[in-house]
Amino acid sequence: MKYVSEFRNETLSRGLIARIRTSSRTSSRLMEFCGGHTNTIFRYGIRQLLPGTVNMVSGPGCPVCVTAPSDLDRAIAAAGIPDVILTTFGDMMRVPGSYTSLQEEKAAGADVRVVYSPVDALTTAMENPDKSVIFLGIGFETTAPTVAASILEAEEKGIDNYFVLSLHKICPPVIRALLDSGEIVLNGLVCPGHVSAVTGSGIWEFIASEYGIPCVVTGFEPPDVLRAISMLVAQIERGEAKVENAYSRGVRSDGNPLALDMMERVFREDDAEWRGIGAVKNSGLVFRKAFERFDAEKVFEIPSKPPLERKGCLCGEILRGVKMPGDCPLFGRACTPASPVGPCMVSSEGTCSAYYRYGESDAG
Amino acid sequence: MRDKIILAHGSGGRLSQELIEESFITPLSNPLLAGLADSAVFDFNGRLAFTTDSYVVNPIFFPGGDIGTLAVSGTVNDLAMSGARPLYMSLAVILEEGFDRNDLRRVVASIREVSLEAGVEIITGDTKVVTRGAVDKIFINTAGIGVVPEEVNISGGNAKPGDIVIVSGTMGDHGIAVLSKREGISFSTTLESDCAPLSGLVTKMLNASRQIRCMRDPTRGGLVTSLNEIAGQSRVSIRIDEEKIPMREEVLSACEMLGLDPLHVANEGKLVAIVPPEDADKVLSAMHHHSLGERAAVIGEVSAEHPGRVVMKTFLGTSRIIDMPTGDLLPRIC
Repeated sequence: MKYVSEFRNETLSRGLIARIRTSSRTSSRLMEFCGGHTNTIFRYGIRQLLPGTVNMVSGPGCPVCVTAPSDLDRAIAAAGIPDVILTTFGDMMRVPGSYTSLQEEKAAGADVRVVYSPVDALTTAMENPDKSVIFLGIGFETTAPTVAASILEAEEKGIDNYFVLSLHKICPPVIRALLDSGEIVLNGLVCPGHVSAVTGSGIWEFIASEYGIPCVVTGFEPPDVLRAISMLVAQIERGEAKVENAYSRGVRSDGNPLALDMMERVFREDDAEWRGIGAVKNSGLVFRKAFERFDAEKVFEIPSKPPLERKGCLCGEILRGVKMPGDCPLFGRACTPASPVGPCMVSSEGTCSAYYRYGESDAG
Repeated sequence: MRDKIILAHGSGGRLSQELIEESFITPLSNPLLAGLADSAVFDFNGRLAFTTDSYVVNPIFFPGGDIGTLAVSGTVNDLAMSGARPLYMSLAVILEEGFDRNDLRRVVASIREVSLEAGVEIITGDTKVVTRGAVDKIFINTAGIGVVPEEVNISGGNAKPGDIVIVSGTMGDHGIAVLSKREGISFSTTLESDCAPLSGLVTKMLNASRQIRCMRDPTRGGLVTSLNEIAGQSRVSIRIDEEKIPMREEVLSACEMLGLDPLHVANEGKLVAIVPPEDADKVLSAMHHHSLGERAAVIGEVSAEHPGRVVMKTFLGTSRIIDMPTGDLLPRIC
């Protein structure tokens, strides 16, 4: 099995493009919620292939990008707590907070370590019993179950120096908030494949039934994204709105019950603050009472200063899909991946980063 | 912002470039240094090439090589990229207190083996031992000197519209092989580092054509960085075709898993050459006749439009600009 090239099939992709071009008549705006999809669309120049009737807009599906500035500052400040080893996914290292970033704190002497999994963070805790190990829990329904698994393992093994700063968020409430804001009109939604692999495709039903917006769950290879667009166009042309699954190799309607169960045992929903969007009801995951001893928020006094506003940065508007990176006065000038102003320029799933790195060539 | 060195300054991308320009090129300014070539080439009873490099790879032993293999082939390759035939090298070693003597023997055996293969002699050296923690096991610096044949004029500034872009083989093998053994990431793969001295391959290429315009070994920062450097220095654009770039399926899969762009990943035994169109077939065929160039391929061409840009055609026929990496967190792969 060729795990990559099999999925980058040219014939398949060309067929899907032809189908989109011939069937799309109604001018429509489709949102890809997930930063992973944004990345695929730009990396393969998919927008260059779409007919003028199909307009893609990027959504807030980048966990690092939507972390509220005050939360981001606290996450960075946690690196400064004495005798703490801060563990994080690599994406967070370069994200600029109001005052500093994790990579600058590391250079200044803080013990910050990149891990590929919260289970590795737990191992770090076991290997350093005289230190407190905090894992930065930033992510959606995709990340939360593995973090929950690490907490359950820590509990089972009686590890008392492992903690998580839970800034996890869940997707459906923020989509509802965007649609209720009235700021944007959407005719279709490309739903995130990995989130759906955990939750099941059923969580998007309300978008189709209550808002009349067609939804297609899909994966991250070019033919996946093209198939989703093609299925959305077909629904739009037929005047339908339902949830379809173009990612049956990864997503079941009931999701991953084991992962959901672990998430449910450790976390409960609570209101959460999103960058650029504000407080969204029941869109965050916090520790249940029984697991509070793992909650970095409760155990440590994390120093906090009021966040500084970044003049001109349009990350918030871009996350809501109401502005494009090109509308931002800082984009590509004051704000580049080498010296990012906002998180959307740093994270591999960030919209600005995708626009900048894979800037479509007019040299065609 | 704190004014400190961060790890990303060592990653070979834009941040490294800024650091080198501000901290070294400006205060130490001279035309040879400012050329920013893999080797400085100057006249001294003929034309000599001179280069130096330090090796801090972690782990020091990896599939397909070790820090000793790298310390010789890296410096030999920097000489070879200016068309020079390597003559002599220096070897300076900084050892951490407690380092295993047997590991040192293994490293030196690799140094011997690769220097014999490359036909280069190590004629001077230095050894220091520092307290535990002051370096990580062993750091090596080597310098090399070589002679550039008559008529050969290779520089990053020589690419011209219409020229052909050739790579000598699969991209990304070294970086992924090293990462596969890195603590905290380790995954199982049969992939080996491509670490090898390229002087023999370059001799064959120069025998086929003395008109080779640019050569780079795409180490830190990968193929994308080398091509962007050439496009910038030559004030041309380079257009490459994604599907023509030789790439192992294991490298593609590992990159997907780790979220890396394979064209940003380091190589240690590969080169990219810019060749005039009339000589491209000769050079390619010469490469195919050398064990390190068996999978050599034409991947694109040089164009006059949009100078400084590297543009890649995707498998879908769309195109996008490929820019230098800006500090991915992959320190110490060389």
